Amino acid sequence: MSGGIWGDILDVVIESFPFFLTGASMTIKITVLAVTFGCILGLFLALLRLSKNRLISFLAVCYIDFFRGTPLLVQILIIAFGIPNLLEVGQSYLVKNLGMPQILHNYALPIFVIAVLATTLNSGAYIAEIFRAGVQSIDRGQMEAARSLGLTHAQAMRYIILPQAFKRVVPPLGNEFIAMLKDTSLLSVIGLVELTRSGQLTVGATYKAFPVLLTIAFIYLVMTLAISRLVDYLERRLKTGD
Amino acid sequence: MIEVKNLHKRFNKLHVLKGIDCRVSAQEVVCVIGPSGSGKSTFLRCINLLEEPTEGEIYIENVKINDPKTNINNIRAEVGMVFQRFNLFPHKTALENITLAPAKVRNVSKQEAERDAHKLLQKVGLTDKANVYPDQLSGGQQQRVAIARALAMKPKVMLFDEPTSALDPEMVGEVLAVMKDLAREGMTMIVVTHEMGFAREVGDRVIFMDEGCILEEGTPEKIFGDPHNDRLKSFLSKIL
Repeated sequence: MSGGIWGDILDVVIESFPFFLTGASMTIKITVLAVTFGCILGLFLALLRLSKNRLISFLAVCYIDFFRGTPLLVQILIIAFGIPNLLEVGQSYLVKNLGMPQILHNYALPIFVIAVLATTLNSGAYIAEIFRAGVQSIDRGQMEAARSLGLTHAQAMRYIILPQAFKRVVPPLGNEFIAMLKDTSLLSVIGLVELTRSGQLTVGATYKAFPVLLTIAFIYLVMTLAISRLVDYLERRLKTGD
Repeated sequence: MIEVKNLHKRFNKLHVLKGIDCRVSAQEVVCVIGPSGSGKSTFLRCINLLEEPTEGEIYIENVKINDPKTNINNIRAEVGMVFQRFNLFPHKTALENITLAPAKVRNVSKQEAERDAHKLLQKVGLTDKANVYPDQLSGGQQQRVAIARALAMKPKVMLFDEPTSALDPEMVGEVLAVMKDLAREGMTMIVVTHEMGFAREVGDRVIFMDEGCILEEGTPEKIFGDPHNDRLKSFLSKIL
């Protein structure tokens, strides 16, 4: 096509755009799954962490500290390459020394599973702290009033504390969603074709690094801004419904 | 009905209750007075184990409540508590505040719980506020809903922890009126209060506490008319 250097750049971006959108849809898919499962895991971890049993609480703290205190990239690599290595060594030990039959023939997990697993485990740790702060922000009198009526601790949590805490965690959960959306770009290192990887592949094929990567950045920006508007809206809705 | 023997409570090094002995009979209204920090509230909170006693025994209808074998939820269901700061559930309407515990703890059906709740709202003079959320109610109205919420469990005893201290002065009367009605109906009540008029008029017995001890107790006439303890005298001279 005509148009000189600017036209060439525009052509590359336009031609690759459908491919970027496939990548973006993978990015969104992983993020939604990670934060959804992360919420379940995080709620569970937060309740464990708030437990009066010191051992249970300590184990939850260990989990949370590990996943918040180490880079997500390293966690992804451990799950992608470390775990298969562990399984292989472990199985060969069992087969050799205990005469157990070989069950696993392929040690690597599917790449999509690795991606969801790594981001979920990581997100769960951050969300656990969000929920814990939410629960602890509820006035002590609420728990006392509920208990004074004869509700068990679990009932008081379920009917009184958590419903109030959920409203307060919407903004930090939104932030976590945005952070996770950006962090899924790390999954490009294990070859998952999400938005960043789709950009890298396009750069490799076209050598137009700057316009392609700028486009990728712009797509991330559109997504994060959209989510942050959505969270603002939800926050306002919940406030009026209080 | 309630018997407290040698009750001690320590918060780490702070010795808040230093050996309380006390009996409350059925249908009796006992008012606990005393300066701030004297341990009145802690004493009251020990009676439904919102505070765990460090030492001593508490019996409600001959059941030792601070016994690991006692199911504390069953005891609390029988002991109503009204808090200084109301502690209504802000995400629930007045009606839902009242029906929650009967439905979840006593497994009362929804219709029955709501019917009872409407009766209780009528009793505390808030018939028209059933579907209103706590933040749309005045302090006095909130406290009356809180009283209705506690009554919904049909408790054998009601504990009041300074129920009018967080209220604007013009709202104190409406809450005290509800409490007077309760007393007249024969409810057993322990009331921690700074309302000396209420203690004098409604109390069968008044207990004066200071620094974690019961220093004097007796009929309102005796406590207010003929106090013996020096600290009680100085306390009364400051507030009356």
